[in-house]
Amino acid sequence: MKRVDGRTPEDLRPIEAKAGVIKNAEGSGYFKIGKTWAYATVYGPKEIVPRFMMRPDKGILKVNYNMMPFSGQGERVRPGPNRRARELSLVSEKALASVLDLTKFKNSGVEVFIELPQTDAGSRCAGICAASIALADAGFVMKDMVAAVAVGRVKGEVVVDLSYEEEADETDGGAVDTAMAMVPSSEEVTLLQMDGQVTKEELMKAINMGKEACKKIAEIQREAIKNKYAVGDLR
Amino acid sequence: MNYTEKEHLLKSLNAGYRFDGRTLEDWRNLEIETDLISTSEGSARVKLGNTEVLAGVKLSIGSPFGDRPNEGVLMVGCELLPMAHESIESGPPGIDAIEIGRVIDRGIRESKSVDVEELCIVPGEKVWMVSVDIVPLNHDGNIIDAGAIAALAALKTTRFPEIVNGVVNYKHLSDKKLIVEKEPIAVTVGKIGDHLIIDPTKDEEDVLDARLTCTIGQDGKFCSLQKGGETPFTIDEIDQIFELAMVKSDEIRKQL
Repeated sequence: MKRVDGRTPEDLRPIEAKAGVIKNAEGSGYFKIGKTWAYATVYGPKEIVPRFMMRPDKGILKVNYNMMPFSGQGERVRPGPNRRARELSLVSEKALASVLDLTKFKNSGVEVFIELPQTDAGSRCAGICAASIALADAGFVMKDMVAAVAVGRVKGEVVVDLSYEEEADETDGGAVDTAMAMVPSSEEVTLLQMDGQVTKEELMKAINMGKEACKKIAEIQREAIKNKYAVGDLR
Repeated sequence: MNYTEKEHLLKSLNAGYRFDGRTLEDWRNLEIETDLISTSEGSARVKLGNTEVLAGVKLSIGSPFGDRPNEGVLMVGCELLPMAHESIESGPPGIDAIEIGRVIDRGIRESKSVDVEELCIVPGEKVWMVSVDIVPLNHDGNIIDAGAIAALAALKTTRFPEIVNGVVNYKHLSDKKLIVEKEPIAVTVGKIGDHLIIDPTKDEEDVLDARLTCTIGQDGKFCSLQKGGETPFTIDEIDQIFELAMVKSDEIRKQL
């Protein structure tokens, strides 16, 4: 079955990934999937405010997710963090934290800023992908990239990487949207959020398709880092 | 930039050059890209050296101000996001961002480049509200000038969305374009010691004694001024700045 934009259920939208796009930052990443477009920058390790958040045994990770005022489908998004943005900041933070080893950076923190100039569904996943590139670009020791993708059910069919049009579909029980992030090498899931109504079988099928998609995405993320640090033929 | 670096910069300025090799009156390299954000009604990305800003225009329907029933509303705002520089903190817009937004807003508004009467749908009831948001991605100084160029470029590409049964349909932009008639260009001239420089980098900006932003239309008329910094200007200096800003605004206008 073909989807509205002609993709097969396993197909991701076209992806473009780059490292080192924001010069001021310690590390930065750019991740574009379809019409969803994410930048991420990393600053630190540095002192974190409020100071009580800092811990004597290891550094902390602080992630901030933000949609630019003109990035929404429809009306202008009012600037500043709303409840949605704060929750997505929190879950993105948890999705990324497990691959980092911040024990060397005691009493300090690493700040990640995820900014979305344009969105067409899957923005938290694109943000996590960009942030992961940014952290690697900044030179942090990481177990692996964190790759993220939305999976779900549209018109009764389990698919990966839903577009906004698919997400809004209401036929056949409505669309089910599941955001997931994964450490591809260990196949550990670090983000899982779902809304919609779905059976266990469909959900497991979706998660397994998401696993394969995350592995493809991680390759593209690694490629972005390699492209920035490529030194050419050394012979 | 610390005290010794500033001393060094002053020596360099005496010799006629800045740390990046520019003379005192050189712009950095300018790149403009338009119509790149599909969720906005008009957009632009401007790179001025390492400074990079995005501007996006969103249109919505609102009610006019009571004293101006036949006029739509144009608003320009700036958000300094912490992604753009280490020194920027998250939170509601600080005074720097407010000043940048308001200076750019005045430049565009006072130049009358956008005919606000064209934005009226039903007099006294419904008008278009045009919001321009400027977001620096990488802050290496002179956000005002770069942001003003981005705002102008974004407005020039703006198309009205369709109205279906009184509701805005953002999915389909009509062919009707926003009319932008004049081209107000902002030129910020900074003063360090006895020297006047244009297009300061972030490092230079941090040690400016004073600055004066002039927004100038293509007819050579000034449409807004903003002085910043604590050091005063002499009348002679102001005269020099006006002269410089007129020449420098033309240089940018040729690149639009």
